[in-house]
Amino acid sequence: MGARNPVTWLGTPAFPKAAHEALADPQLRRNLRKATTTIRTKRAGVVAELDDWERLRAAGEAIKDDVLANLDHYLLRLEESVIARGGVVHWARDAEEANRIVLDLVREQGADEVVKVKSMATAEIGLNEALEAGGVRAVETDLAELIVQLGNDRPSHILVPAIHRNRAEIRDIFGGRMAEQPASDEPRDLAEAARRHLRRKFLSTKVAISGANFAVAGTGSVVVVESEGNGRMCLTLPETLITVMGIEKLVPTWQDLEVFLQLLPRSSTAERMNPYTSIWSGVTPGDGPANFHLVLLDNGRTATLADEVGRQALRCIRCSACLNVCPVYERTGGQAYGSVYPGPIGAILAPQLAGDLHDEQAASLPYASSLCGACYEVCPVRINIPEVLTHLRAEVVEAKGRRTPEALAMAAAAWVFADPKRYERAQKAGALTRYLARDGRISRLPWPGSKWTDARDFPAVPKESFRAWWRRNRG
Amino acid sequence: MASAREEILARIRGAGRPSPVAVPRDYERARTVPDPVGLLAERVADYQAVVHTVGEKALPGRIAGCLAERGASTMVVPADVPPSWRVEGVRWRPDDPPLQLSELDIVDGVLTGCAVAIAETGTIVLDAARAQGRRMLSLVPDYHLCVVRADQVVVSVPEALARLEPTRPLTFISGPSATSDIEFDRVEGVHGPRTLEVLIAR
Repeated sequence: MGARNPVTWLGTPAFPKAAHEALADPQLRRNLRKATTTIRTKRAGVVAELDDWERLRAAGEAIKDDVLANLDHYLLRLEESVIARGGVVHWARDAEEANRIVLDLVREQGADEVVKVKSMATAEIGLNEALEAGGVRAVETDLAELIVQLGNDRPSHILVPAIHRNRAEIRDIFGGRMAEQPASDEPRDLAEAARRHLRRKFLSTKVAISGANFAVAGTGSVVVVESEGNGRMCLTLPETLITVMGIEKLVPTWQDLEVFLQLLPRSSTAERMNPYTSIWSGVTPGDGPANFHLVLLDNGRTATLADEVGRQALRCIRCSACLNVCPVYERTGGQAYGSVYPGPIGAILAPQLAGDLHDEQAASLPYASSLCGACYEVCPVRINIPEVLTHLRAEVVEAKGRRTPEALAMAAAAWVFADPKRYERAQKAGALTRYLARDGRISRLPWPGSKWTDARDFPAVPKESFRAWWRRNRG
Repeated sequence: MASAREEILARIRGAGRPSPVAVPRDYERARTVPDPVGLLAERVADYQAVVHTVGEKALPGRIAGCLAERGASTMVVPADVPPSWRVEGVRWRPDDPPLQLSELDIVDGVLTGCAVAIAETGTIVLDAARAQGRRMLSLVPDYHLCVVRADQVVVSVPEALARLEPTRPLTFISGPSATSDIEFDRVEGVHGPRTLEVLIAR
């Protein structure tokens, strides 16, 4: 235990540097703009169809808050329900422990290859790499995950991990790695190529690994929401199914699903319903896998739960609506965040799961936002992302201690603001900076002001302050 | 050393419990529309599935028509579908005893019924009970012909869940297999059946 949490990628630079590099890639920006614009428009349309959308959001928020308030109770309920229906439940404190449990289960089956359903939890813990190190090949079967895997790439979106790739790039990746070349770069032909590539594997592989979108504590029902049918293949054809699930993915009752099966598809793929949703409870003799293992994963979630403001991030249902509306994400793409969880939710979830604000990269994530609030507006479980961002920024500053240039500058500002005379003298001095300005803006200040003007302009300070003007005219 | 289970539970209990909340259930649990069957037909068709609405008596003839038009001569079928669905001129392969996966992979298609259909979202739900069979039957063949009876149609998602038995293996199907993974553009046809044809019998 005590190993580094792989939720953030080792070696990724802090966000400002990574963003700088991403912004220099015009192809990436075009791909992202096209995809996020498409999905934003579609989402707005399907959300407007439901008159009770805001009430559904409020219900979704409350159900998840209830889960967090009684997490121990509901986890034990779930364990009991799954065992009663013939499943086996495992608990994993961290990534390393979860990976070891899964690898041991795969080896028990004598398998050296597994098929995988797209899953954020297994991406978060670096399961594929751990399996590889243990001599087991993990084959990603979701189209976008396959694109990432075959391209030796990293994901850049929660729902569509290859959103940074356009059709021509995908054809090239497939062409280089598949026995049969895709017929063209039309999405239909690329999908056909993926179908041929994976068909044999689905029909012959003995072990599958999945995540879970939801699990119902009261019935032991596990839910996987998908589009392509690769999920159904993995969940029904192999003999053994291993599901890795974050402990917060619970809902208390069957009825609660009626809220989330409306919120999730409309928020994520902007559809009234996604093509396929599979729900199973333990093992059903004669239908589907004969062995079912459920791995309950902590990996920083209980630490996040202990933060009164930050814990709301655990309501997240991984829809990625916040990514698609975020002006920062749309420009930098997901890889700049250096985590499987990019975008606004990643900026609050990844550093909390990683649990180390002394880590420069993790500590930079809460600043990857303009605090415009669009993410909060679309979030189907009403996570107040701007609130958590500012809260985490305060924690980052706290973690840095009191002797940083920023802390000293703030202390100096507090001293100036505390006395009206000092304040007025500072204003007069500030007015002199107008000589640095062009068209009312300053684009270059000397250090330490350059820290600000490197990324944005500074408005010129007017010649006369309001206080001085008032004294002159009305005083 | 404490087990992972005990340690995780202890961490949760030590995390400072958030205050209890009551869940507001003032969202619409049931919705009424003038013509649920018509809405279902429209919404299923939105997903690029083929939809026909037929009278109960005309159903077998329509099944024969769909299969003839597609040129489907070998069809898998759950053993307990109504006998009238197994129309003449087609080689029916009932799943009793259970068919091999390799057989499912080479047939022309599968004919099933369903448990519930949701008009508002254009969704058909299979629960592996009567006339539906094992989950893999409606997955491996490339063509799925599904019969929905009018009394199986509800309007909203909450109404559908209330009718279902949670512990059965459930599959919600909304159109043919599809993906939005390339440039967020929905295209039909990946791993599941690439053609979904729905017969609504009223």
